[in-house]
Amino acid sequence: SLSQKAGAAEVCFPGAVNSKFTNAMTFEYPSTYPAIPTYRCTSPEGNIIDPTVSLPSHGLALMMYENMLKVSIMDIVMFEAQRQGRLSFYMTSQGEEGTCVGSASALEDGDVIFSQYREAGVFMQRGFTFPEFMNQLFANKNDIGKGRNMPVHYGSKALNIHTISSPLATQIPHAAGAAYAIKMQDRQNPGSKPRVAVCYFGEGAASEGDFHAALNIAATRSCPVIFICRNNGYAISTPTLEQYRGDGIASRGTGYGIDTIRVDGNDIWAVREVTKRARELALKDGGRPVLIEAMSYRISHHSTSDDSFAYRARVEVEDWKRRDNPITRLRKYLENNGLWNDEKEAETRKQLRSAFLKAFSDAEKVKKPSLRSMFEDIYEDLTPEIRAQMKELKGILERYPEEYDITEFEGGKES
Amino acid sequence: MRVTRRIFSASRAGIDAASKTVSKHVTTQRPRPYSTHPPKARLNVPTDFSTTPLLAHRSQSALQNEELSPEARNGTTQQMNLFQSINDALSIALASDDSALLFGEDVAFGGVFRCSMNLAEKYGSDRVFNTPLSEQGILGFAIGAAAEGATAVAEIQFADYVYPAFDQLVNEAAKFRYRDGEAGRNVGGLTVRMPCGGVGHGALYHSQSPESLFTHIPGLRVIMPRSPIQAKGLLLSAIASKDPCVFMEPKALYRAAVEQVPTAPYTLPLSKAEVLSEGSDLTIVSYGHPLYTCSSAIEKAEKDFGVSIELIDLRTVYPWDKECVLKSVRKTGRCLVVHESMVNAGIGAEVAASIQEDKETFLRLESPVSRVAGWSIHMGLLYERFNIPDVARVYDTIKSTLEY
Repeated sequence: SLSQKAGAAEVCFPGAVNSKFTNAMTFEYPSTYPAIPTYRCTSPEGNIIDPTVSLPSHGLALMMYENMLKVSIMDIVMFEAQRQGRLSFYMTSQGEEGTCVGSASALEDGDVIFSQYREAGVFMQRGFTFPEFMNQLFANKNDIGKGRNMPVHYGSKALNIHTISSPLATQIPHAAGAAYAIKMQDRQNPGSKPRVAVCYFGEGAASEGDFHAALNIAATRSCPVIFICRNNGYAISTPTLEQYRGDGIASRGTGYGIDTIRVDGNDIWAVREVTKRARELALKDGGRPVLIEAMSYRISHHSTSDDSFAYRARVEVEDWKRRDNPITRLRKYLENNGLWNDEKEAETRKQLRSAFLKAFSDAEKVKKPSLRSMFEDIYEDLTPEIRAQMKELKGILERYPEEYDITEFEGGKES
Repeated sequence: MRVTRRIFSASRAGIDAASKTVSKHVTTQRPRPYSTHPPKARLNVPTDFSTTPLLAHRSQSALQNEELSPEARNGTTQQMNLFQSINDALSIALASDDSALLFGEDVAFGGVFRCSMNLAEKYGSDRVFNTPLSEQGILGFAIGAAAEGATAVAEIQFADYVYPAFDQLVNEAAKFRYRDGEAGRNVGGLTVRMPCGGVGHGALYHSQSPESLFTHIPGLRVIMPRSPIQAKGLLLSAIASKDPCVFMEPKALYRAAVEQVPTAPYTLPLSKAEVLSEGSDLTIVSYGHPLYTCSSAIEKAEKDFGVSIELIDLRTVYPWDKECVLKSVRKTGRCLVVHESMVNAGIGAEVAASIQEDKETFLRLESPVSRVAGWSIHMGLLYERFNIPDVARVYDTIKSTLEY
């Protein structure tokens, strides 16, 4: 009970139980707090500067490097392909491959992932293949999403990654709820391996109400969830100075009672280490949320619909690309350990590029899903209203065959 | 928002403490400062819930319901009001499904309307719990839990406060199955309960019925029961449904509507209307609380005009049972739609448009389809009884429709 005992030295308010009284009136000035430090364990030259870090096997390190390369090769080609009008839209993740591949490598297969849209590296690290990426981007009949979502809105049930949706931050409370549900399930099955939910979002999305709602409910309900914020400095054209005035996103975590860390997102081993530790914390004592703020820089344009040189200097971007980049930093680490050289780099890039281009041209040739897919899955079953509307559309297609091109859709109007 | 809610729930709690038994009559002994009716009124007299034909006053009539399962029909009944039947349904859902969770603001102590009474004690505070005061958080959390296979029953304290969660409902819950495609994940385990409708003194933010905002969203099922029997069966169907459901509870009926409710678990069909009384001269389509108003108006009109009127309860307002309504209107040639919420772009608009759009029904129409609904205004505290359709307005529209 929080009731006040007679003669007690201090009052115990229910809303802040450990707050001591003071007769010195002082505001808490954010400016007097030092910025939360950024953890890094690898120097820009690829040397390990935190000797306590547990490094992965050489095989895994090489695999992770390859996955980052795969993302960057896909990004370059697809950005150009969009420019040529071969797909409607694309978003690259240049500069953030380390955050995504590094964190995903520290998770277990059963962990449930929610992402925003700039997490191709997470999909890649989990095992999403070039053909799967391409089928989604070209919205062909092999696309799991049945051609309903914009490009880059990937999803995979097999990999336990929820399908991406455009509204920002909506997935953050989902992750809290999912974490609660899997915690209950894992508890009901004592033999099962405990799982966590993981949620990625940008620093811009963290301004949405859903961010606040999610962190608060995750904390009060003790949900085993890791929130990973990709702070890349920009939300489209808006720099962080116009996004918030506090110490980034990390400083908010403790306000919700959440264990929090800031990490160098360009340091893949730091991200991996932090995520591993966060996973342990998230499962401790019945579960709790953890917040990771991964600092990086959005080297690419926001999307193919954006020209970022309209709001930031080209030289700034070039500088980041050259000076500090997760791919080059890992490459230096691999070279320092005798695992990599120019020859391997050239050969691997060539192989990956040709595998990618094959997936690209294959996916482009595949027919679109059936027109029927447009009406399905609104409800579990087709409603009479939707059935009637399907029939109506079919009538239109039959009466005005010259007005619609349906040849690319599987099964044509009969579907 | 918070302050009004606190005041409101406190006044309900006061009523609670004062009466341990369920009141059978809505009429009170002492004058009320609001919503009184004139002494000479013949039409606008309060509904007598103890005699209305819309409620099963005897066990036998409750068990005669052909929609009930044989087990329920052969079982027993218990007198329950609407909040008790909802509590019963929630208890059945929690008992029969280990993954079922019940949460929202102030749900743990029983809820401000007592719908979740004793459930936290019975099923554990991990399954029945309070959330922080955040509607978007409640809905987002519920969607995530449902997406990972939980049966998530979320409560929004008043329908008036669902708007912060609108994005989650429209863009996430409703579209989840569609966008997941072959991955096949969905949030069918999600049910969102919310008290709705006028209660005499709820004013702007404790009176709303936003159902037509939800009916514009493919992917959601929108349900509003009229009685304790219906509430139990429809809520259990909504919880079992593989589609996300918005379950709207007319809060004025929580204590007022009392009937014999089958004690066994049972479900009632979604997206299926019910013909409450058969007639040949006019069809009245309604749902929720106004059905009692319609029933009273029908009784008077049938006596005064010597006609017979068919009354249809939509029960599920979307996807709705169009065929049932069209069939009735083809027979009667006249139709009137009644709802509490605003007339503009309301359920009545959809029903009326569907009637005139159906060639066969259009040809049978003897008069224009009329709508009796809330005016296109907000619910000012003092004006509720002039805003919500009452017996006089329904009676008058019956009259003018028949005279057309």
